[in-house]
Amino acid sequence: MDFKLNDLQKDIVKTVHDYCEKKIKPDIGERDHAGDFGEEHVKALMQDMGIAGIYYPEEYGGMGNDGGDVLTYILCVEEIAKYDAGMAATVSASISLGTNPIWQYGTEEQKKKYLEPLVTGEKLGAFCLTEPGAGTDAAMQQTTAVKDGDHYILNGNKIFITNGGKADTYIVFAMTDKSKGTKGISAFIVEKGWEGFTFGKKEDKLGIHTSQTMELIFQDVKVPAENLLGEEGKGFIIAMQTLDGGRIGIAAQALGIAESALDDAVAYSKERVQFGRPLCKFQNVSFKLADMKMKIEAARLLVYKAAEAKQAGGRFSLEAAIAKRMASDIAMEVTTEAVQIFGGYGYTEDYPVARHMRDAKITQIYEGTNEVQLMVTSGFLLK
Amino acid sequence: MEILVCVKQVPDTAEVKIDPVKHTVIRAGVPNIFNPFDQNALEAALQLKDNQGAKVTLLSMGPPQAKDVLREGLAMGADEAYLLTDRKVGGSDTLATGYCLAQAVKKVAELKGIEQFDIILCGKQAIDGDTAQVGPQIACELGIPQITYAAAIEVNEEAKCVKVKQQNEEGYIITEANFPVLITAVKELNEPRFPTIRGTMKAKRREIPELSADDVKADETKIGLSGSPTKVRKIFTPPQRTQGLIIPVEDDNDQAAVDTLMEKLTAQKII
Repeated sequence: MDFKLNDLQKDIVKTVHDYCEKKIKPDIGERDHAGDFGEEHVKALMQDMGIAGIYYPEEYGGMGNDGGDVLTYILCVEEIAKYDAGMAATVSASISLGTNPIWQYGTEEQKKKYLEPLVTGEKLGAFCLTEPGAGTDAAMQQTTAVKDGDHYILNGNKIFITNGGKADTYIVFAMTDKSKGTKGISAFIVEKGWEGFTFGKKEDKLGIHTSQTMELIFQDVKVPAENLLGEEGKGFIIAMQTLDGGRIGIAAQALGIAESALDDAVAYSKERVQFGRPLCKFQNVSFKLADMKMKIEAARLLVYKAAEAKQAGGRFSLEAAIAKRMASDIAMEVTTEAVQIFGGYGYTEDYPVARHMRDAKITQIYEGTNEVQLMVTSGFLLK
Repeated sequence: MEILVCVKQVPDTAEVKIDPVKHTVIRAGVPNIFNPFDQNALEAALQLKDNQGAKVTLLSMGPPQAKDVLREGLAMGADEAYLLTDRKVGGSDTLATGYCLAQAVKKVAELKGIEQFDIILCGKQAIDGDTAQVGPQIACELGIPQITYAAAIEVNEEAKCVKVKQQNEEGYIITEANFPVLITAVKELNEPRFPTIRGTMKAKRREIPELSADDVKADETKIGLSGSPTKVRKIFTPPQRTQGLIIPVEDDNDQAAVDTLMEKLTAQKII
């Protein structure tokens, strides 16, 4: 068992760190306030730096054969989340959710056409499962795809789609046979700009303001039959397996948010003087900080372990579910404590801790609520 | 077009502390970084690579861990890197360092099978010593023109000449020179790019050739501590200056202000 990062992983994290420190740190306050996606940062990180392709194979434009692995990618998401949790969501939604299913289930033609530009970061991806009536109960899909010659006709609405409107390639789940329940769900690759594919409401969220979340509307969209991903009826399995991978990204995002909140709390506790001494000289505060650190380190081990499990191949649903729930709950606890240490100032937007707390909340909800993680985990125990 | 960029690994001066008793720089725990001005020099070279197809070679002198900055430079896009590393060159002052590097420049050109480098780029100075002497010293040793403090560089490859906007305290001077030329870069020259992840992965596996003092045919009397005419006697943090006193003129009464000043100067026996 090796708990050390290798030199390459450290160097890559440093590169991402340097970029974030120099480029994202100065504008995150303003962009968070304005709900600015930060297009230029996404391009710089995904395409110029190459985060999009870290663990994908060379033949599709990735760096998997050069030493890039899932953990390195996860470390990058964590580092970005320290500075801009919304950006971490953008990156992770494209790489884990929007790209992975094409790599895993796509035909060679689909990989050439859609995987390569996603892996090189030239294009952005999105994953579209949730509907107004199908959240945790994802099997209740109302979107339909009806075969019509060499096409499918897609109709329905998707909501809460991360990268909606910004992404070029969308993995869309739809019922091809309602009578079969989850076995009647299929996955399709849909391109932005196709006739009948439009965008609805842009969500006004509590946190991760720099991530764009939108409603997608499909009205008689003609999807070529060759854009069916995997086989008909395999959609639900594709969705669930893809979400397993996505959860590790969210866990890393939560970890980054928590670390950032702790760093801020430590710095503030040394500066802020009350009753004639800095806050950190009060045991109540210093012990609180110690507890936050302990929780973060515990979460880190689970997150990295889940990343290694995905890298190793085979199933990693349990590791991903545990890591996601643990890291997101800890992010919520740590950011809430950080706000408490800041007191009244922490409740204002003048300091970043308020943002960390707002951002942390989503990590307990998306990519499967934490209750779903309990379902997955207990399912393993009781099968 | 062949470009050589001289780079130095330096302690991050934002983190440096000086031992108040021994008057030496405390190196333990201080991260080493790519000298920022050298990054500007490299960026200028990489832009010439992107736009004019130049070949970019890196050269550094220092201990083996200086390969870290060479690898960072390769990850940014440089083509090759060489390290001059030898205990014999340790402790060299700026004159000896300039000599060693000039010798290395000639050796690297020989190894690459080229007559000489068309352009040599350096940062204006290293942030640890802040002397700004090594770049110009290399040019002197090589007997080639030097243009310091470049804030903009234009290269005419056909005419084999450069036009440089030199920054100084009053403004700018436009200077032209023919190849081969040595140019030192200021921060305003450009914004250095970030290394790419793919570049970092590839650089990690690159072997970086090491050159010794003998390899570059350095005269042993001109290198290292013994070959250096200048010696550092002491490094210290200058005492912080206390804030001066401003005596304002109130109600147009100059005389009262002057009287107050005289009173204070006399009291302290300054006059």
